[in-house]
Amino acid sequence: MKIRIALAQFNTKLGDIDSNLKVHLEHIEEAKQQDADLIIFPELSLTGYALQDLVASSALMPHQNDPIFNKLIHASEDIDLMVGFVHEDRRHRFYIAAAYLSAGEIRHIHNKVYLPTYGMFDEGRFFAAGNSVRAFDTRFGRVGMLICEDFWHASLPYLLWLDGADILLFSSSSPGRGLSEDPRLSSSVWVEHTNRAYAGLFTNFVAHANRVGYEDGLNFWGGSTIFDPNGDLVVRIPDFESALTVAEIDLNQLHRTRARLPLLRDERKTLVLRELERILGEK
Amino acid sequence: MIDLTINTQLAEKILTGFIRTAITRSGFTKTLMGLSGGLDSAVSLYLSAKALGPENVLAVRMPYKTSPPETLEDAQRMIDELGVQSMTIEITDMVDPLINHYEKMSPLRAGNIMARMRMIVLYDQSAAFNGLVMGTSNKSELLLGYSTIFGDSAAAIQPIGDLYKTQVRQLACALGIPEKVIQKAPSADLWQDQTDEGELGFTYAEVDKLLHLLVDQRYRPEDCIAEGFAKPFVDRVLQLMQQNHFKRVMPPIAKLSQRTIGYDFLYLRDWGT
Repeated sequence: MKIRIALAQFNTKLGDIDSNLKVHLEHIEEAKQQDADLIIFPELSLTGYALQDLVASSALMPHQNDPIFNKLIHASEDIDLMVGFVHEDRRHRFYIAAAYLSAGEIRHIHNKVYLPTYGMFDEGRFFAAGNSVRAFDTRFGRVGMLICEDFWHASLPYLLWLDGADILLFSSSSPGRGLSEDPRLSSSVWVEHTNRAYAGLFTNFVAHANRVGYEDGLNFWGGSTIFDPNGDLVVRIPDFESALTVAEIDLNQLHRTRARLPLLRDERKTLVLRELERILGEK
Repeated sequence: MIDLTINTQLAEKILTGFIRTAITRSGFTKTLMGLSGGLDSAVSLYLSAKALGPENVLAVRMPYKTSPPETLEDAQRMIDELGVQSMTIEITDMVDPLINHYEKMSPLRAGNIMARMRMIVLYDQSAAFNGLVMGTSNKSELLLGYSTIFGDSAAAIQPIGDLYKTQVRQLACALGIPEKVIQKAPSADLWQDQTDEGELGFTYAEVDKLLHLLVDQRYRPEDCIAEGFAKPFVDRVLQLMQQNHFKRVMPPIAKLSQRTIGYDFLYLRDWGT
């Protein structure tokens, strides 16, 4: 089975959901014209990244009755969507979240588990942390979603892999940093290395959408990619450029790679559990 | 080995994108800056011309009577080469009345008056030209506090503020800035024969390496000494960084209410743009 994935690498307007929604709908339309089956938007694609005190006024309750979500849910009748937004739960806690919409329904919401609160990052000050990671079924098979810092911790992609995800969907608003004599920033190189490693180690597809543009002095480097189960690059959007890129992946590659390299078959989950319990029991 | 080499093509791409975004998102199309004939303002000018087009950039030369004529000529050469807009406003008649108002006036005070007068001229032109004032401070001088608060430090954006002086020089070479400007001894041009390195007592080549370890690589002072930097040098640089920190932050507001600007009223500068 071959599917076409669209990566939307674009700039957002900070805290302006109406304007960002308009860009989403335009990208969705363009992706549909290019026969894409799924379109992936970056982290906080509906709001922009460094919201600070704009968090509460940018938050959405994902539901048919929400005027913003209603339009996206409607748009998902023809194409699957992964969108980034501020999720306000029933108890009014605010999460960085990704929603997967398909066939006019909200199929899954992932609340970002790891909120970087160090160095240039201050997410833990403004957001609640998610507390679960689950793979879920789609018409393309089982997938898992993670948001930026979530995949700087190897445990979450690992858990999604064990939970049955053959396609990992990553979104981020990753600020560029680390200028040296190399032609790419060290942040870009590092993220691409890890994404390639996950694809190879889990014999999975890994699709990553990262935004571009600037917020104050922060640049966002883009460089969105898809890697296949061999760890080979399927597509990369150039750094710093706004683009909608559609690439085809062949899900039968999972069969071929895992026939050659049975890492999933040989993975010893009970050993992991036993050793984790031992480690957790140690003082 | 401490390597401060940068990929100048990548730096140029990020910084021109930054300038374009920062200027246009707030509804402007133009920028202006003081052009001294030195390296930092030259790099800022070339980046701005690339980002916005030369017609949208105004270079303002603001000499004092002691400014060496050759720096004016260097500035003019760059103006001609880029085709940016330009004007020359001599500040002597504006600052001398205040300087001469006092019997004794230290070079430091006089220098600060000149830097702040240039700020006034630029902000006045900002309104007349309908453009934002471009900052030209580099990371070395920002960290060392080698600037006049509300003088040359006053600006809308600081595109080269995360590049050390030695890195600004690399970028200058890549941008095709005249060799003479690149080779010139860095100077704030506040009095005759002033040079940054003479006044600071060390070279940028030395201090940039130390700052890189202290700031970027998070070395402890004793680790820097172990790496071969002299203790008095390390101590002096740390002292300059600390005592001039006030120049790098907004003035603190005394907190009284539930929500106070700077503490729990937090928005990016880009809020609403």
